[in-house]
Amino acid sequence: MTAASTVSRDRMPEHSTTKIRTEGVSLYYGAFQALRNITLDIPERAITAIIGPSGCGKSTFLRIFNRMNDLIPGARVEGTIQLEGIDIYDRCIDVVELRKRVGMVFQKPNPFPMSVFENVAFGPRRHGGNNRGELADIVEKSLRQAALWDEVKDKLDKSAFDLSGGQQQRLCIARVLAVEPQVILMDEPCSALDPVATLKIEDLMRQLSNSYTIVIVTHNMQQAARASDISAFLLMEPDRAGVLVECGPTSQLFTSPKDKRTEDYITGRFG
Amino acid sequence: MPRQRSSATTAECALEKGLRRRWRLGERAIEGGIFLASLLAIVVLLGIVALLLRQGLPIFSYTPPWAFLFGTRWYPVSEPPTFGIAPFFVATLWVTAVATAVAVPVGVACAAYLSEVARPAIRETAKPIIELLAGFPSVVMGFIGLLLLSPLIQSMFNLNTGLCGLAAGIMLSLMSLPIIVTVSEDAMRAIPDDFRQAAYALGATKWEVVRHVSIPAALSGISAAMMLGIGRAIGETMTVLMIAGGALAMPVSPTAPMMPMTAAIASGIGNAVRGGLQYQALFAIGLLLFLMTLAVNLVADAVLERQKRKFQR
Repeated sequence: MTAASTVSRDRMPEHSTTKIRTEGVSLYYGAFQALRNITLDIPERAITAIIGPSGCGKSTFLRIFNRMNDLIPGARVEGTIQLEGIDIYDRCIDVVELRKRVGMVFQKPNPFPMSVFENVAFGPRRHGGNNRGELADIVEKSLRQAALWDEVKDKLDKSAFDLSGGQQQRLCIARVLAVEPQVILMDEPCSALDPVATLKIEDLMRQLSNSYTIVIVTHNMQQAARASDISAFLLMEPDRAGVLVECGPTSQLFTSPKDKRTEDYITGRFG
Repeated sequence: MPRQRSSATTAECALEKGLRRRWRLGERAIEGGIFLASLLAIVVLLGIVALLLRQGLPIFSYTPPWAFLFGTRWYPVSEPPTFGIAPFFVATLWVTAVATAVAVPVGVACAAYLSEVARPAIRETAKPIIELLAGFPSVVMGFIGLLLLSPLIQSMFNLNTGLCGLAAGIMLSLMSLPIIVTVSEDAMRAIPDDFRQAAYALGATKWEVVRHVSIPAALSGISAAMMLGIGRAIGETMTVLMIAGGALAMPVSPTAPMMPMTAAIASGIGNAVRGGLQYQALFAIGLLLFLMTLAVNLVADAVLERQKRKFQR
C-alpha cells in the first residue's frame, strides 16, 4: 500500500497540486472494519476515479471526504484526511462548512420534492441568501454550469420529478454547484441512467474538472477509463475490509497495471 | 383476459396436460366475503345518514334552518320552545380551536423528534407510551381535567370557574395528540432517506433538514394527521361534558364556560321526549356534527390528493 501511494505521488500529472490527502485511513462500522490503511492523494482540478468490485468500500471511502459517515451510528474513522492540509476530522472542524466545500452527488438522482428552482436554491437559501434576484442568478448560473438550463428554463416552477432521470441527476449536480463547493464527490452518478444520459454527465464532469476537484466512484470500467485522470483501485481483503491496491494515472493503470490483482480486475477476470 | 370461446381440441389437450381451468370455490367465496364486508360498511354509513336526516330534518319545519343555526337561545322546554344552537356551535369551534392549537405544534414537534432525532431505543419506548394515551377512557381524561387542570386555569386566569372551553380544549388536545404524533411520525419516516442525505450533503444542519426537507416532504401525511386529530376533537363528548362548563350562553372567549354540540346532545337526550321537538333538534345537531367531520375529512382528502399530484416520484 505504501508502495502504491508512492507511485501515485510520483506519477501524478505535473501541473496538479494535492487537494485531498488521506493517510492510513481505516473505517469501522462497530467492530467490522470496512476500510484498512488507505493512503491516497487526490489532485486538484482533476477527475479521480475510485474503482473496484461491489462491496469493497468505494462509497464508504468517498463519504469520508464530506463526513457523511458521521450520520451512521457506530461508524469510526482512523488516520488523517486533509483538505488543503487541514485535518477535516479535527474536533474544531464544522461539518456544515465542510459539506459546503465538499459537495456530493448520489447514486440515485435524489432531487427534493420541490420545484426545479427550489431544488437549486436549497443550498444558497440555507446558507443565508434569500434575495430573490440573487437566488435567480445563482440558480441560472448553476443550471447553465450543469448544462441543464436550456432544457428547464421554462419549467423552473415545475416539480423536479417531472424531469427525466438524466435531467434529475444534472439537477442534483446543479444543486451542488449552487453552493460553490471546491470538491464534488460523485457516488456512481450514472448507475441509474441510460447510456445517452451517462455520456452527458461524463461530458459535464469533464467541463467541471477545469474548476472543481472531482472524485467519482464507479463500478463501470469504461467510465473510469473514459472520464478520469487518476484511478484508484480498491479491493476487498478476505476479512471484507477494503484496501487500496493501486493508484495512478488512468491511462497507465488501465494499460500497464503494476499489480496482478488490478490487471485481473480490469481485464474482467473477477469482480 | 381469457378468450370467451374455446375449441374442443384445446379443451381436450388442456385436460390431458393438467392445464384445464379450475373452478376455485375458495377464491370465489373469499372474494364474495370481502365484497360483502365492504358493502356492509357503506350500508351502515348510509343507514346512519338516513336516520339522522329522518329524525333531525323535521325540526326545520318548526324552526327554520337559519334560526336554528344562528339563534342564540336554546329553551327546549319553554312555551313556546326555541332552538338556537349558535352557542353550542361556537363552543365546539372554541374547544376544537384550542385543542388544535395545542396538539398540532406539540404533535408535529414530537413526531419530528421521534423520527429524526431520537435514538431507536428511545423511539421504541416512547411511541407505545404515546399510543397508550389514546387508549385512556375519555371519562378518565375528564376526571384529570376536573381535578388538576381546571383549578389551575381558574387561578391562572382569575375566573369564577375553571370549567371552561380552554380546559376542555387542552384535555382534548391530549386525546388527539397520539393520533397526530403516530400518523405524522409514520409520514416522516416514510420519506426516502435520499432527501435527508442530499440535504446534509449540501451543508444543511439537522434543524434545517427537519424544517425544510422532512416536514415539507411529509406534509400530506402531517395534514392528514391534523385532520384526524381535529375530527377526534370535534366528536369527543365525555370530556367536554365534564369540564367545558355546560353554560348555555354564547361563549365570547375560550375561558367562558360553554356547552359544545356533543355535550348538548348527551346532556339533552335523556330528557327529550322521543319524536318530540327537542329530540328532533338534538338529532339535527348530530347531523350538523356529521357534516362538520365530513367536511374535515373531505378537506384532508383534497389536501392529500393535491400533495400527491404535485410532487409525485
